[in-house]
Amino acid sequence: MFDNLRAAAIAGAVACGLALSGPAAHAVESSDPIKMTLHDWTGQLITTKIMGKALENMGYTVEYVQADYLAQFAGLESGDLHVAMEMWETTGKEAMEASLATGNTVDLGETGMKAVEEWWYPIYMKEQCPGLPDWEALNECAELFATPETAPKGRYLGGPVTWGGFDDERVEALDLDFEVVHAGTDAALFAEIKSAYERKAPIIAWVYTPHWAPILYEGEWVEFPAYTEECYDDPSWGSNPDMAYDCGKPRGWIKKVGWAGGEKKWPGAYEAIRNFKIDNETMGRLIDQVDNQGRDLDEVVNEWMAKNEATWTAWTE
Amino acid sequence: MSATAGIAGAQPARLQPWPVLWAVLLGATFLLFFSEGLHDALEGLAPWAFEYPRAWVIPLRDWVSGFMQWLINDFDLGLFTFKEFTRSISWLLTWPFAFANSLLAEGFIHGRGDKAVLLWPRLSWLAVIAIAVLMGFYAQGWRLALLVGACFAYLAVFGQWTSAMVTLSSIAIAVPFGVVGGLLLGIAGFRSARVERAMAPVLDLMQTVPIFAYLIPALYLFGFGPVASMIATIIYATPPMVRMTILALRQVPDEIVDFGRMAGCSRRQLLWKVRIPAARQSLMVGVNQVIMLSLNMVIIASMIGAGGLGYDVLTALRRLDIGAGLEAGIGIVVLAIALDRLSQAFAARPPEQQREDSAGLLRRHPYLAAGLAAAAVTWIGGLVLPALGSYPESLTLTTAPFWDGLVSWININFFDALEAIKTFLLLNLMIPVKRFLLTLPWPLVVGLVALAGYQLGGLRLAALTAALVLFLAVTRQWENAMETVYLCGVSALIASLIGWPIGIWAARKARVNAVVQPVIDTLQTLPAFVYLIPAVMLFRVGDFTAMIAVVAYAVVPAIRYTILGIQRVPPTLIEAATAQGCTRRQILWRVQLPLALPEILLGVNQTIMMALSMLVITALVGTRDLGQEVYIALTKADTGRGIVAGLCVAFIAITADRLIGAWSGRLKTRLGLA
Repeated sequence: MFDNLRAAAIAGAVACGLALSGPAAHAVESSDPIKMTLHDWTGQLITTKIMGKALENMGYTVEYVQADYLAQFAGLESGDLHVAMEMWETTGKEAMEASLATGNTVDLGETGMKAVEEWWYPIYMKEQCPGLPDWEALNECAELFATPETAPKGRYLGGPVTWGGFDDERVEALDLDFEVVHAGTDAALFAEIKSAYERKAPIIAWVYTPHWAPILYEGEWVEFPAYTEECYDDPSWGSNPDMAYDCGKPRGWIKKVGWAGGEKKWPGAYEAIRNFKIDNETMGRLIDQVDNQGRDLDEVVNEWMAKNEATWTAWTE
Repeated sequence: MSATAGIAGAQPARLQPWPVLWAVLLGATFLLFFSEGLHDALEGLAPWAFEYPRAWVIPLRDWVSGFMQWLINDFDLGLFTFKEFTRSISWLLTWPFAFANSLLAEGFIHGRGDKAVLLWPRLSWLAVIAIAVLMGFYAQGWRLALLVGACFAYLAVFGQWTSAMVTLSSIAIAVPFGVVGGLLLGIAGFRSARVERAMAPVLDLMQTVPIFAYLIPALYLFGFGPVASMIATIIYATPPMVRMTILALRQVPDEIVDFGRMAGCSRRQLLWKVRIPAARQSLMVGVNQVIMLSLNMVIIASMIGAGGLGYDVLTALRRLDIGAGLEAGIGIVVLAIALDRLSQAFAARPPEQQREDSAGLLRRHPYLAAGLAAAAVTWIGGLVLPALGSYPESLTLTTAPFWDGLVSWININFFDALEAIKTFLLLNLMIPVKRFLLTLPWPLVVGLVALAGYQLGGLRLAALTAALVLFLAVTRQWENAMETVYLCGVSALIASLIGWPIGIWAARKARVNAVVQPVIDTLQTLPAFVYLIPAVMLFRVGDFTAMIAVVAYAVVPAIRYTILGIQRVPPTLIEAATAQGCTRRQILWRVQLPLALPEILLGVNQTIMMALSMLVITALVGTRDLGQEVYIALTKADTGRGIVAGLCVAFIAITADRLIGAWSGRLKTRLGLA
């Protein structure tokens, strides 16, 4: 709660004059605040807060601004916003490439986390459909996953249309007896998973990680033929000679993006952001503490910062 | 254009053929739907009528994108660029916003981050509650004071205080801008009929184009953050103020204006000293509407940096923390109720009071002084006892686990029963309607709409509605548009079927009304997202869930206008009917309902408008209509695509509005009410 207040109330600080340049550990090039964007999922808040605190430790001034994941590019290009810490290959690649092409934003490198996105089912489904996690078992169990609207086909709950992911193509290429139903938002997607999990009812859906759901709900990924670039580009690859997408989804990068002008304004900060690295396991543990154990986000971040000083000071040197 | 429009043109003025014509046309339409052979034959004959040919599409989308690109990057006004101009507007707006935010939410701070120094604390929670109570007492009396006090106390006790104050401060700035801007535009429209005519379509678009459609260009032009969301809020919330101003100034009795003239008022004095004070009560209704619509925007504003309660709702639901989302949502509701009741009470205060106030400022002093004293005392007290400054966290309550548990309990125990209801409705109502609308050839729909327009309002209306519907086809949004019509149509129908009986019941029983009013206030201001997520848990992603959300929101005007219509039936007529020996039932069916019909129709109109305004929200649970199109455009930053889809929504709304408006007008004339 405190974070968004601070973010929303930045204007309050503006009212009282310009930023105060205090004593700094490093010589900072500009005391103007670096505006980092906050989105609406915990993992992103954590990465941003960790980076923000590291930058503050270097002597930079940091402001957090609440911004929509994709709409933020308007702000990053114009310099209203400066740094976005998590841009996922699978959901944001198109928007990011379009933005980089304008020359007004720069790619600040990967975060080290790997986005895993795949068809997922709760573990109790394995009893009813013992062939899982192999994808070829899906057709045998299709009716298990059916609802009145989709019967006799199974119902696969995909991500929002805007996420891409090629699930409609995948179903066709692999000849799966499933109908893809797109959830409109992340929240709707996980609400349905939660509902099914509570009732121990059949469900198969698009889940991704790092996220709290696969930590809280026990389940497995469907094993499709492993992704290769040829699979997406070349129809002749794989089990279906006439269609691409006859494989699983790629493990995607998660990148940082920044306003191009910041490169000149805060070169030291941008260097540190480029160095930022964290792995899925660490992030998963931090997300778990916030979302499932209900701890305060800032407290969790501060605790991690205190215990891992060597890790983050290495970015800033 | 189409064969049917030709028939409409060929048979003017003679009224008898109408029912026959409609029967034939509708019969043909149904035949087309039920007989696949006929459908296929026609499709073979004229495939362009079923799938609008790509070659005929007007590339409006690209034009709009190109224009926006030019507006943002290249438009030069001489001394400065257009973007610099809009940026300076938003810079100016930053200041009052920052001040209100510091005063209410954050305190005045110097410096940033760890180096921040608090120069002056925010208003204490006790002071804000005291001021709200004083305003309630001043405007009406103890009852209102208690209600307003309780609303604000909720925010403190449930730990929503700081977020609520962020929201309140953005409302406190957006509302005056909306009110003053709306007043000035309204005055311009009042003075010149030409200005009014030019403004009318713009106002319609401001209210009906979904905000997501123009969000991206707004972010480029006004920058990222609370100001852009405030401007979006102002765009959405101003039209009712403009409309109300024109109406209110017109309704000022001639005698009052003549009196002003005799007193030797200039034109300016006549307006500001005579007309506007005389129209104060009606103007306050406009102010009230601006406040309520601003609060409706809280959620969307929070997506682009406004923070506050809307942000809390979004993050809580993202974690599927339904209880926390509900509590933050109720925070918005209580804020809305407090502001609504206060502004209505100010509107209802008799104007004489005003004159007394301006005559002797002393009369207003006790309230002002008490408010200032409360702020000062709590500030000093806050230095000694922090609890006086900020509500202590250890005393906050939460009911969140209860709501989470309740939803889970319903989910585990009643899912199958709910599923059965859902499947029944889907298979027997929703899917057939959808299939029906999607099989109709577009020239037929354009023709039918034009015909209805001609019958209800003459050639002009026919031309307008036909052009608007044709727009859906030429921009190749036909399928999305029909999905939209289907979802909103079914929802509006169900909302009306629920709303009418409730409205009738409440209009005839004061006790029922006392329960219904707060419920519909809540439905109107509770962000849809709050009940959308539990609905997904119980009904899965899909059209049915979307329909529930739309019905919950759109049922409000159906109830409200029904109550209004029945209560407005002149009591003399009811007395006359009673004297003639009518039973209560007869009075209802023979007197009240027929006379209330025009109002009820206006309610239907508003129900459709509300349903359409929910489209973008329902896109969040995976509908495949124009709302989804707007949403996709937003995520792909495709300005042209978003605006074209947004215009399609607006045009459907305007078509429905004009047709129903014309119908209601006709009924009024026939019943002798106009």
